Amino acid sequence: MLITAAVIALLPLALPNNYYYDVAIRIGMNAAMVVGLNLLIGYAGQISLGHAGFVGLGGYASAILTSRYGWPPVAAMLLAMACVGAIAFLVARPILRLRGHYLAMATLGLGIIIYMVLVNESSLTGGNDGMQVPPFTLFGATLANERAWYWATGAVLLVAIWVANNIVDSPLGRALRALHGSEVAAQVAGVDTTRYKVRVFVVSAVFASVVGSMMAHYVGFITPQVSGFFHSIELVTMVVVGGMASTYGAVVGAAILTMLPQVLSRFEGYEMIAFGAILMLTMIFLPRGLLPTIAARWRRS
Amino acid sequence: MLKHWVRMAAVAALATAFGAQAQAPIKIGTVLSITGPAAFLGDPEIKTLQLYIEKINAAGGVLGRKIELYSFDDGSDANRANSFTKRLIEEDKVDIIVGGTTTGSTMAMVPLVEKAEIPFISLAGAVVIIEPTKKWVFKTPHTDRMAAEKVYEDMKKRGFSKIGLLAENSGFGQSGKKESHAVAAKYGIQIVADEMYGPKDADVTTQLTKIRNTPGVQAILVFGFGQGPAVVTKNYGQLSLKLPLYQSHGVASAEYIKLSGKAAEGVRLPAAALLVADVLPKTDPQKPVVVGYSKAYRDRFKSEVSTFGGHAYDGLMIAVEAIKRAKSTDKAKVRDAIEQTKGFIGTGGVVNMSAKDHMGLDLSAFRMLEIRNGGWTLAK
Repeated sequence: MLITAAVIALLPLALPNNYYYDVAIRIGMNAAMVVGLNLLIGYAGQISLGHAGFVGLGGYASAILTSRYGWPPVAAMLLAMACVGAIAFLVARPILRLRGHYLAMATLGLGIIIYMVLVNESSLTGGNDGMQVPPFTLFGATLANERAWYWATGAVLLVAIWVANNIVDSPLGRALRALHGSEVAAQVAGVDTTRYKVRVFVVSAVFASVVGSMMAHYVGFITPQVSGFFHSIELVTMVVVGGMASTYGAVVGAAILTMLPQVLSRFEGYEMIAFGAILMLTMIFLPRGLLPTIAARWRRS
Repeated sequence: MLKHWVRMAAVAALATAFGAQAQAPIKIGTVLSITGPAAFLGDPEIKTLQLYIEKINAAGGVLGRKIELYSFDDGSDANRANSFTKRLIEEDKVDIIVGGTTTGSTMAMVPLVEKAEIPFISLAGAVVIIEPTKKWVFKTPHTDRMAAEKVYEDMKKRGFSKIGLLAENSGFGQSGKKESHAVAAKYGIQIVADEMYGPKDADVTTQLTKIRNTPGVQAILVFGFGQGPAVVTKNYGQLSLKLPLYQSHGVASAEYIKLSGKAAEGVRLPAAALLVADVLPKTDPQKPVVVGYSKAYRDRFKSEVSTFGGHAYDGLMIAVEAIKRAKSTDKAKVRDAIEQTKGFIGTGGVVNMSAKDHMGLDLSAFRMLEIRNGGWTLAK
């Protein structure tokens, strides 16, 4: 935690211009989201292939409430969190009874439904062409430039890590790890597995909603693509590459996968191949993810 | 001949020797949807930009300076277009941006270019890009509204005032539907039947029958893209409807005639000059441009031209002309020069920009075509 705070505090010294700030901000936002998703995938062992749907819901709730109804951004963000939490709670109960492929299919469907709604309700969302989002204001001050957004994102990321660490160390966290190991064994030991799974699903959805809102305000424009299938896959990949069941691994995964397209963009046309190769090699040689594998090596030597 | 080559080589060598020291290249930035769902738009666009920048550089560049292209692929994701635009502005420090394949990507780029005060020519369709007018933002493609207006103009000439609208349930169809409704009153057109169909529907006879049975209807307008409109046309033939059928510019490809067969006879539609390069009369001002572009593109890539590549050609050429007239890459001067573009003949039409009009096309950009004997003819 302290190390992360130090990195966030010192990083600006190494950022020459706004473009680098932009990349850092996007890493921070993705990291905050992935830390939440990691609770679900890494600790509880449940897959979600529709998580970008919640990002989209959060982003669009903020966009619509602030631009069409003149709500203050903070209020819109809080309402978005509450709504996304409620929606996640409602769908979680039936969906999380499923396991393995069936759970993957159900969450995939959920993400696609949200995407379709955002595309088709064009009178409200602007359809495929997207909609503009006003800048983020707090107590009359506007987050106008990259520097301000950098510090705001850093703060949100630290809060996200703090919340995640607390959940992991709580009885909820232990229950999640138990049901990851064996759901039957956890049930026998008296863990109400469905209830815990629903809870962590809601928590991770709320994380996604917050970041969705921030992203919408930061970019100033939102399209249904944020809730698309590929974005969902990207998020899951961040968790897997960085390291399952490791909060800091999730941060590392988010950093790598946000930077990779930027670094590889010079390869023009071959970037997708390079991207795929890196993922495959990670899976083959570092199946537990980057950070846990390195940590294990460190301890051994 | 040999002497000529030697002289050319000497000039070129001198030019590079001096040029390399004195002149930094002109940096043109672009963010296009080269992969993802909009790749069929972005692919011809990037190819066109690369092809013509190569040609321009081979001919000595602009103002004696070479052009360097900085291109990024947003994967049809507006969020990424925003990030890459920041990179073009902050890291690559480009002089001008030509790009933005989709309306979503373009709109995500607009706030950045406005803030950085850098000229930006978009290649996307929707009216929102230039309405309201934004100081630094221009665009080359014609709008769906213009297509609707062109059709209405023709209908009015033929004395139709009550029509049935059949729009596709897709982004293109819905935008067309909205614009068709918006400008109907201006041409005294009344939409008495308003139906929808899905892009993958195999049969639309129900909708067509409903339109036929609407009292007073005089013509049908279909707004769709790809296969759907061909299905509509086939059904139209099977029902032997007597109502004249109009299609949008979305079907202006040889594929449409092939798919619809005989039923397409007599169908009218608005289309950009580029697609009918061969049937344009010799006197047409656009003829040399569209024939030249088609030939260059076909020779290099061995594939058919599309209007989308044409938009990129127009955008690049408008930028280059403006830089020439401004005699520098000073951003404010280039912006003013783009705004003063007058009588530029591109693949999309004759461009006359002004402070209020950052697209500069009028209805003459579209040709009214009629399908006769399985080919395009200019409608009279």
